[in-house]
Amino acid sequence: MWKFFHQLASPPHFYRLAAVLSPWLAAPGIALIAYGVYAGLFLAPMDYQQGDAFRIIYVHVPSAYLSMMAYMIMAVSGGIGLIWRIKLSHAVAAAAAPLGAAFTFLALATGSIWGRPMWGTWWEWGDPRLTSELILLFLYFGYMALRAAIDDTAKADKASAVLALVGVVNVVIVHYSVEWWSSLHQGQTLMKKGGPAMDPAMLYPLLAMILGFTLLFGSLLLRRVRTEVLFRERRTRWVREMILSPEGS
Amino acid sequence: MKPRQQRMLALGLAAIGIAIAAAFTLRAFQDNMMFFVEISDVVAGNYPKQRNFRIGGLVVDGSVEREEGSMDLRFRVTDMACEIPVSYVGVLPDLFREGQGVVAHGRLGEEGVFVADKILAKHDENYMAPEVAESLAKHVENKTAPLRDGVSECNPNDS
Repeated sequence: MWKFFHQLASPPHFYRLAAVLSPWLAAPGIALIAYGVYAGLFLAPMDYQQGDAFRIIYVHVPSAYLSMMAYMIMAVSGGIGLIWRIKLSHAVAAAAAPLGAAFTFLALATGSIWGRPMWGTWWEWGDPRLTSELILLFLYFGYMALRAAIDDTAKADKASAVLALVGVVNVVIVHYSVEWWSSLHQGQTLMKKGGPAMDPAMLYPLLAMILGFTLLFGSLLLRRVRTEVLFRERRTRWVREMILSPEGS
Repeated sequence: MKPRQQRMLALGLAAIGIAIAAAFTLRAFQDNMMFFVEISDVVAGNYPKQRNFRIGGLVVDGSVEREEGSMDLRFRVTDMACEIPVSYVGVLPDLFREGQGVVAHGRLGEEGVFVADKILAKHDENYMAPEVAESLAKHVENKTAPLRDGVSECNPNDS
């Protein structure tokens, strides 16, 4: 068991493992998204209040979920890197940040487009869910800027890991904002007590999209970690040997 | 203690400290974190008097009145215990319906009429807002106040 973890933390081993795993996550992810897009647009019925406009949830909900998920991956791997001094986990954190920022932007943009016809506003300052999600985007930007500002990788890893861990507070706020305070945003649909408050014909495509987005995110993250590892280990022997070997890759 | 355990302890303590600091901050800003004020609180006088604020609740069935040939609109908003009349001039969002959730931004004018300058529709998670639903459920149980025209005689201090 411990041997498995030790091997996992070794950059050359992870580099090869990620190459093998990435397509195995991407293929089912793309298949699920394809099903989710088709079923969400054509098979799911209209919503009784929102008509066809509700269909934006099929992008909005997975993006919003991943915006928080990616942050937690970033913060937890930063924390593991701080405590156990594992370089690979800092590489994972660094690789997760731009992906998380992209999903956060997607969640904000789709939410805004949805809010205009449904609520009657693009954006409402003072709404706790909206504001905390925007702060999440700025946390990602700050995290990336901090990394870029420090030349020494080890120092950048430490400083940015601390920033990521402090920012976890905001993820908790994003998640519970609709329960703790009154908000324009509706409450939990999927995690509602007594099961999701949603027609099954609408629900299954949504679950497919959430799982599909997650798998695709996993695959992209592995690819990004590979690049990150290669760059960080550019002066090591295994990288030189791999690049000079006839097979390349 | 090993250095690793020291780091673990330091991070753990820092996390607890940040959590406590965040909890105090959020408590201090509790009123500002609320996107809208519930109707019962408005009737009880618990609303910001120095500035405009938002109220949230349900549009009372059959209460929407339009002035002929103008954009003037009057309706009543309820949380099932209390209700207050709202006046508004302007365009409504598509989802504005009787019996549905609504958030109105404005101020409390004379005779307890809420003069709104902005109306937002609130759709529910059943594809009612948990807080509105909660306050509904809470007040439905109490069955304190029969709804009447104008400002209902409710007793907001019950809840």
